[in-house]
Amino acid sequence: MTCADFLKELTDYLDETIDAVTRAELEDHLIWCHNCYVICNTTKKTIEIYRGSQLYELPPSLRSRLESAIMSKCKSSSKKSKT
Amino acid sequence: MHVIQSKLNEASDELALVRAAKQGDVSAFEQLVKRYDRNIFRIANHITQNREDAEDVVQEAFLKAFQNLEQFQGNSKFYTWLVRIAVNESLMKLRRRRSDRTVSLDQEVETEEDTMPREVADWAPNPEQLYRQGELNEILTKTINGLPPSFRTVFVLRDIEGLSTEETAEALDLSVPAVKSRLLRARLQLRERLNKYFRKPRPGDGRLKAGD
Repeated sequence: MTCADFLKELTDYLDETIDAVTRAELEDHLIWCHNCYVICNTTKKTIEIYRGSQLYELPPSLRSRLESAIMSKCKSSSKKSKT
Repeated sequence: MHVIQSKLNEASDELALVRAAKQGDVSAFEQLVKRYDRNIFRIANHITQNREDAEDVVQEAFLKAFQNLEQFQGNSKFYTWLVRIAVNESLMKLRRRRSDRTVSLDQEVETEEDTMPREVADWAPNPEQLYRQGELNEILTKTINGLPPSFRTVFVLRDIEGLSTEETAEALDLSVPAVKSRLLRARLQLRERLNKYFRKPRPGDGRLKAGD
């Protein structure tokens, strides 16, 4: 297995959606290829950091303003459709 | 077992809310809004990169969903259907702001940094702890905003919002292989761009961090 072959399978490997034989081949490659080992670990960490991040949290005051606006639009739209 | 059961309960509860909303029960729809508005706000911000546009998208996406509930057949999850509406609204905003009609999710974007990593450097242990929360958020936002919209959107839905590959494909009207290919490139490009902030200090780097 080459490094390019390894990279092609990286997404399925990280998502654990790969068959046992390919998985074993990839893990064998990781034992001796330090670059792919680092790429694999840092890519995994990239995903974890973004998943655990608090980007674009909706502040409570804005949230309640948006919810009121949405519900009032929905109510007036359902009145219109009934008339 | 407990997790599976609670997911099943959530799904049947959601279906019941959708059914009630279809019959005109506005408070049932309100529960769906409360369940998903934070997610839709995040997705819209990531795609439009503009707070006002994201606020508009949240309102328009839920209103459209409400007005078109009849068209929701229940073949997919309500959330996936809602995300699809929100992504389309967000892309329209992005096009309008950029006066660029070429923003599309259908294109395969070839960029200079493709899948082959250029820099392989190991990262410090727990690299996110090298920065204060505000600084870290700035780094993460700047880095993800540098990706082409088609990669960014796939990464956000799949890796940040936790949709499955199939759900992401459905929400974006892409094939499963297209989602996988974009996801791989998005992940590798983000990793590459984060290197300068997170890599282990090399001898001679002193105590300076990237950006100092």
